[in-house]
Amino acid sequence: MHATASNAVTTLERPAEAGRTTKDARNDRIFGWVLKACALLVLLSLIGAAGSTLWLGQDAFRTFGWGFLTSAAWDPSNDQYGALVPIMGTVGTAFIALLVAVPISFGIALFLTEIAPQWLRGPVASAIELLAGIPSIIYGMWGLFIFAPFVATHIKPWLMHAFGTDVLEPGQPATGLARFFTSDYAFFGAGVLTAGLVLAVMIIPFISSVMREVFQTVPTRLKESAYALGSSTWEVVWDIVVPYTRTAVIGGVFLGLGRALGETMAVAFVLGNTFKFSLSFLETGSSIASTIANQFGEAEGLQRSSLMAIAFLLFVVTFIVLLIARLMLRRLATKEGN
Amino acid sequence: MSASLYTQRRVTNIVAMVLSVAATGVGLFFLAWILWETLSQGASALKPQLFTKITAYREEGGLANAMVGSLILNILGIAIATPIGVAAGTWLAEYSRRSHLGPTIRFLNDILLSAPSIVLGLFVYTIVVLPSKYLSNGNVTFSGLAGGVALALIALPVIVRTTDEMLRLVPGTLREAALSLGVPQWKLTTQILIRAARSGIVTGVLLALARISGETAPLLFTAFGNNFMTFNPLDKMPSLPQIIYEYTKDPSPDINTLAWAGAFVLTMFVLALSLIARFTFRSKVSHD
Repeated sequence: MHATASNAVTTLERPAEAGRTTKDARNDRIFGWVLKACALLVLLSLIGAAGSTLWLGQDAFRTFGWGFLTSAAWDPSNDQYGALVPIMGTVGTAFIALLVAVPISFGIALFLTEIAPQWLRGPVASAIELLAGIPSIIYGMWGLFIFAPFVATHIKPWLMHAFGTDVLEPGQPATGLARFFTSDYAFFGAGVLTAGLVLAVMIIPFISSVMREVFQTVPTRLKESAYALGSSTWEVVWDIVVPYTRTAVIGGVFLGLGRALGETMAVAFVLGNTFKFSLSFLETGSSIASTIANQFGEAEGLQRSSLMAIAFLLFVVTFIVLLIARLMLRRLATKEGN
Repeated sequence: MSASLYTQRRVTNIVAMVLSVAATGVGLFFLAWILWETLSQGASALKPQLFTKITAYREEGGLANAMVGSLILNILGIAIATPIGVAAGTWLAEYSRRSHLGPTIRFLNDILLSAPSIVLGLFVYTIVVLPSKYLSNGNVTFSGLAGGVALALIALPVIVRTTDEMLRLVPGTLREAALSLGVPQWKLTTQILIRAARSGIVTGVLLALARISGETAPLLFTAFGNNFMTFNPLDKMPSLPQIIYEYTKDPSPDINTLAWAGAFVLTMFVLALSLIARFTFRSKVSHD
């Protein structure tokens, strides 16, 4: 840098350029670190969400132990909390949502990849994806003002009549399958079934767009071979397309399940927000997310801790469901790569 | 015998096709139903005062402060999430080739994309709202800033993913050409690669904006909401989705009408945004 500057050999790398190379190398390192730190924030926010809810929920876990998961008491006036009713509401609504959304999504994906004429595919696919863009609070409003009254007047009486529960006195026990279809307030539209149906409409675009995408990865050769052997469209779909894409289809279903479990606003209005234990799909209930949305604002002490504890449970369960979904979808990506 | 088998296969096929068309019909029917109710009920509730008066929990009130609050919260969320998201996406696409951390973070980012937003809201409550009591005489203060952070956390994975995908579409020859001229990596990234992928990244930001402008759950315990016009991000801040939530719960039909009007404005905004994002840059984006 000092004495060698006059040397003729070093004119090839003048001091100024050497300085620039060092500076560039240092800047490159700093730049890389900054980018990496930002990427690590993704990791940190997941860990932070799990950690903070567990930390603030530890009081509830300590006080109630494992009984927290199996107790049906959610009673702020006696400071007793158990997660069973919100867990059952969450699982029940998600179950109905999948039961309805999976066949419909399959039908839509089938229509868009095999049946519809080419010019119709784009517009219909865009329209279905538009459903995914509607804010969840709008689903909630529509559910409360439009769909719940519709359920109360058309679907619920029909179901209760079919299972013979419309003649029961309130509180009178039912037997067999009818246990799942009792209702103390027959005129009431809110309930697990209504919330599940609203959720189903919400997750149809997610599941159907995954199914459509994976159906398109099936090699045309395979399908054409089956058609050449005389298969009908349905046989090609059921015996060629579905086995070929099975893993990814299940991944898409799990993706929809993850959405349904964590959804708050669409179910907050139509679930009823009651904490009475019931097996019936027609009875009101509450989900983990709706309980948090309704109670966290005024909650103190043990109630706040219990809400944090169920938030932790929800986060862990959706994390596992989404993990399975992504793993199954990733296997398809590697298959595509080969 | 074989004729009956043939008939049976044909019938099965026709039934399946009809059911498939019916399923599509059901999907489109619900879309039309929801949009129709929102637009018709909302349009009849539209009045000029919605945009000029603030919320009053009375029929005469408007939604002006909620719209301004939503605007501020969305700008905050995008302003926080965009630099971080683009940086993280760039690291995933350009720097993580030889590490195990890269694929792991990409994988976890996809999970964060569909994580329950209410839990993310509680997380921001814990790290932003609760510590605020040490700054303000022991009072827990909800703030627009906390709401912005919560929305940023929801926008982040969308931006990370599109940036990552868009950068990986940039041809490798562009990198090799720049590197062979002695351009340092940071300059290559900021001045060549990001520019090449710019329209795709903008699409990602627009999609993220569409996503967060409809979010209600994470705002309930962060921005909280109030009934005044406020521009101060350290104050409680109302937002359109949160006001719709409050007004929908209200027993008065007049207030519910205002909720429909808010729903109309919100839905039009979100749908317009996602349509612009989808169609303007369609050629550049592989999928959402």
